[in-house]
Amino acid sequence: MSQSSSPTNPPPAARSPWARLRLMARPRATKANAFAALLALLLGFAVATQVHQNQVVGLESLRQSDLVAILDNATLLSSRLDQNARELQTTRDQLVSGSTGDAAALKAAQERLDALGVLAGTARAHGPGIQITIDDPRAKVIPTLLLDAIEELRDAGAEAIQVGDVRVVASSSFGQSGSGVALDGTKLTQPYSILAIGDAQTMSSAMEIPGGLSDNVRGLGSSITVTQRSDLTVGALHPLSEPRYARPVPSPAPAATP
Amino acid sequence: MIPALGLIVGLAVGLFLHPAVPLPLQPYLPIAVIAALDAVFGGVRAVLDGIFNDKVFVVSFLSNVVVAAFIVFLGDQLGVGSQLSTGVVVVLGIRIFSNVASIRRHLFRA
Repeated sequence: MSQSSSPTNPPPAARSPWARLRLMARPRATKANAFAALLALLLGFAVATQVHQNQVVGLESLRQSDLVAILDNATLLSSRLDQNARELQTTRDQLVSGSTGDAAALKAAQERLDALGVLAGTARAHGPGIQITIDDPRAKVIPTLLLDAIEELRDAGAEAIQVGDVRVVASSSFGQSGSGVALDGTKLTQPYSILAIGDAQTMSSAMEIPGGLSDNVRGLGSSITVTQRSDLTVGALHPLSEPRYARPVPSPAPAATP
Repeated sequence: MIPALGLIVGLAVGLFLHPAVPLPLQPYLPIAVIAALDAVFGGVRAVLDGIFNDKVFVVSFLSNVVVAAFIVFLGDQLGVGSQLSTGVVVVLGIRIFSNVASIRRHLFRA
């Protein structure tokens, strides 16, 4: 396959190898020399092409076994990444559900706070309700009458009540103040105005029942008007005071409270 | 000298043109290149041995390339293409090494 036979040129033994190379390198215009140059050109072209091809090697130049190995690798990697993705998805789901749980707990707590604020009179409230105005020029209205009115309103489902500028809460009490009525120590001014938030229809009927508030007030010779409102605001607030004696019993869990 | 120039020109052309190797030739080109390199080194060695012949060089170059490609082709057909390619590369590599060793001994006396 290579130069191993047929020494046609007698070896110029006297010359040194370098001189022999130089001699051979001289341009000779023979057909074989031109052909050798062409072959060398092809070789250089092929080398450059192959090197370039190898740098941008694509899958199409690979053998079947290599392709199978690559495919195996890719499948293995893909399944590993799949598992990874599943784990991350689970973690994400847990985190998301955890945060929504937190948000739900926060929302529930806020709603509870709002409801308790309305009940305790520490939050302003608005909604449908009735406005009662009692004009009592002869000062015949006694605290018991107003207390009855408040009880009647509570029976009828009033959720927030304000008399004059005072919010009515669980600890509210009526008292006598001179010729007038005081609520929680605040003298109520004439005419007495009662705002109650609740079902307006029910409450106004409760005021009008025979022997009820309207009857009593008119029996005293005073005038009363009951107005239904689709939206009124109970704006008076009850100052929150720390209980001196009562302490809450710690409950293990809020849900366990009866 | 002219063949050396041809080699350089071929390299330059290949580098600048970036030709795509046709798909059917792709497994054979690297082997053919190795075989051609073997023929080139054999030719240089023959020059130094004083037995160089243009015609023999051309024929041995072509036959080297063709036979190497054919062996790989046969291996591919038989299903042992990659192993046979490795074998051909090993054999040609050994031949290149021995040729280069001979050239070295001629040129540097070592």
